[in-house]
Amino acid sequence: MTAATNHNSTAAVLQVRDLRVYYHTTRGSVKAVDGISFSLNPGERLGLVGESGSGKSTIALTLMRLLKPPARIEGGEILLDAKNLATLPDDQVRLLRLASIALIAQGAMNSLNPVIRVQDQLMDGFADHAVQLSKAERTARVRELLERVGLKPEVAWMYPHELSGGMKQRVVIAIAISLRPKVIVADEPTSALDVVVQMQVMETLRKAQQEIGAAVILIGHDMGLMAQFVDRLGVMYAGKLMEISPVGEIFANPLHPYSALLIASLPSLTSKSQLQGIPGLPPSLLNRQGGCPFYARCPKAMEVCQTEEPPLREIHPQRWVACHLY
Amino acid sequence: MPPLLELRHVTKTFSRGLINRQRTVAVEDFSFAVNTDPASITAVVGESGSGKTTLARLLLGVITPTAGAVLYKGRDLRTLTPEERHTFRREVQVIFQDPFDVYNPFYKIDHVLEVPIEKFGLAHSQKEKRALAEQALQTVGLRPEETLGRYPHQFSGGQRQRIMVARALLLKPKLIIADEPASMIDASSRATVLANLRQLNQDFGISFIYITHDLTTAYQISQNIVVLYAGSVTEVGDVEMVVNQPRHPYTQLLIGSIPLPDPTRHWNPDGQTVQTTAAQPWHGGCKFADRCPHVMPKCQSTPPPLYRTDPRRFTTCYLHEAAPVASDADALAVFAASTPTV
Repeated sequence: MTAATNHNSTAAVLQVRDLRVYYHTTRGSVKAVDGISFSLNPGERLGLVGESGSGKSTIALTLMRLLKPPARIEGGEILLDAKNLATLPDDQVRLLRLASIALIAQGAMNSLNPVIRVQDQLMDGFADHAVQLSKAERTARVRELLERVGLKPEVAWMYPHELSGGMKQRVVIAIAISLRPKVIVADEPTSALDVVVQMQVMETLRKAQQEIGAAVILIGHDMGLMAQFVDRLGVMYAGKLMEISPVGEIFANPLHPYSALLIASLPSLTSKSQLQGIPGLPPSLLNRQGGCPFYARCPKAMEVCQTEEPPLREIHPQRWVACHLY
Repeated sequence: MPPLLELRHVTKTFSRGLINRQRTVAVEDFSFAVNTDPASITAVVGESGSGKTTLARLLLGVITPTAGAVLYKGRDLRTLTPEERHTFRREVQVIFQDPFDVYNPFYKIDHVLEVPIEKFGLAHSQKEKRALAEQALQTVGLRPEETLGRYPHQFSGGQRQRIMVARALLLKPKLIIADEPASMIDASSRATVLANLRQLNQDFGISFIYITHDLTTAYQISQNIVVLYAGSVTEVGDVEMVVNQPRHPYTQLLIGSIPLPDPTRHWNPDGQTVQTTAAQPWHGGCKFADRCPHVMPKCQSTPPPLYRTDPRRFTTCYLHEAAPVASDADALAVFAASTPTV
């Protein structure tokens, strides 16, 4: 499945092909990301959902080329602007970060520097990417960016501690869009926020993303948030994509047994129901041997699942699934 | 018979600073009763800073109220004799939020289960001790032979949380206070942990106070619900009524903001209009007034009393001032009656 892309468009802004990232430990290699392929259309919102240990945050770090040892990219391509991010030298990756691909990290609001005013943190990216601006232009840009994320101009002179969690997260979004990147990687951007603020921050991100035409990869574990925000959803399990489909279709008719069980385990707010978890545990990613990673927990497992790993295939238009049932 | 545990007009404030002492009101004038006959599940829902964990600590007697009293079977927790306190510790158990933080990594799981058995003298021999531990583990759906003898790091979050439930179960408590028991575990195991709590409630008659920020799971397992905002009650009562027809603007906002796992139902975009700001100095009125879309002048000056808008639902909002003001007895009575669960 080396050439698998998840749709036929050649205009994709980002293409990931057979990406492999392993953590090399003394006990062997942990295959955190093990042959992931997907592509991202301009302006599209793609979700990657998975439980802890499914490799979703490793993907975020890999796309930004922020992996640290013992993690290493073992193979595959990340094509952005006809450049392969997986092999590009560090100094060139640095030019692309923020300008072409920006990250909103997990708990990003705590990444603001507490002793620097908001406006100076907003302008950091311009300085780093050698954007020359006059003083008047700077003020105008800061005002425009803050306005885009729904903050008042006064916020520019404030320090992070004067802002609430939601406001800080908006500042982080403003920084992420400051150089009009083509791709924004948002790794659990609201996991530290309350639901009301979460909705406001996500709507802010959606609006900003639409205005500048950036595509977003939203990484997270909350199926509800995915349903509300993304166009297309990839379900990850044990470092692999189990299914990737338009979000409406995944919820209406999940193809992979894991997606189906995951959706069935979600509590509803409209009727009380049996609470049904998925029995069993995800497999260890250490020296994992062939077969489908979901085999041991799958209610529909067949003999072939134990030995042969199902490839991710497009079984209906736009609907990709890695399962021997199809 | 007095309720097992009761809060009567409890206020808890925390102070900080030596010169300009600042007071933070964590819980304000809160009354609440837990009736264990019949066993019930009461959810306490609030966002961060709403005082829900302070409430749990008050109920457990870990901290004492600044004003008001916490009563255990009608007696003030502060005046219990050592023997009564021992019984209280046995009857009221707790499950904490973080299943990764509560275990000592150097001890096997056996130790976690043996300590309460020894402390409360539940077993007379090693064999009996082991049997009790095995039985408790089986009740929460874990296989004893795969659990005992292993270390905490060998278990997933969901399994660790179920071991905590098993530990609480050993003492056959009447009430378990569960502070965010399912918020740090994955979706696929969360449902299992919650199903466990529901089953223990029905099969063993154990009551729960389920403290959470997650209204969806609260709705699923509880019969009664208390919604907190900044240390004060906004709405109390039957969970079906509160969730399906919320009366307080805050409850409405909270429910409208929940990301439903259903792409065809978009979350409430009206919530966008509500401005979030950093904490404002409190003006003495309704705590939600600064964010409320229906704010009236009197909301800014006097906090609204608890109105009884339905037989089994109360709300603190002037929009419902046509309803009678609830007496203390009214508000406590709502927790006594229990609706059947599914």
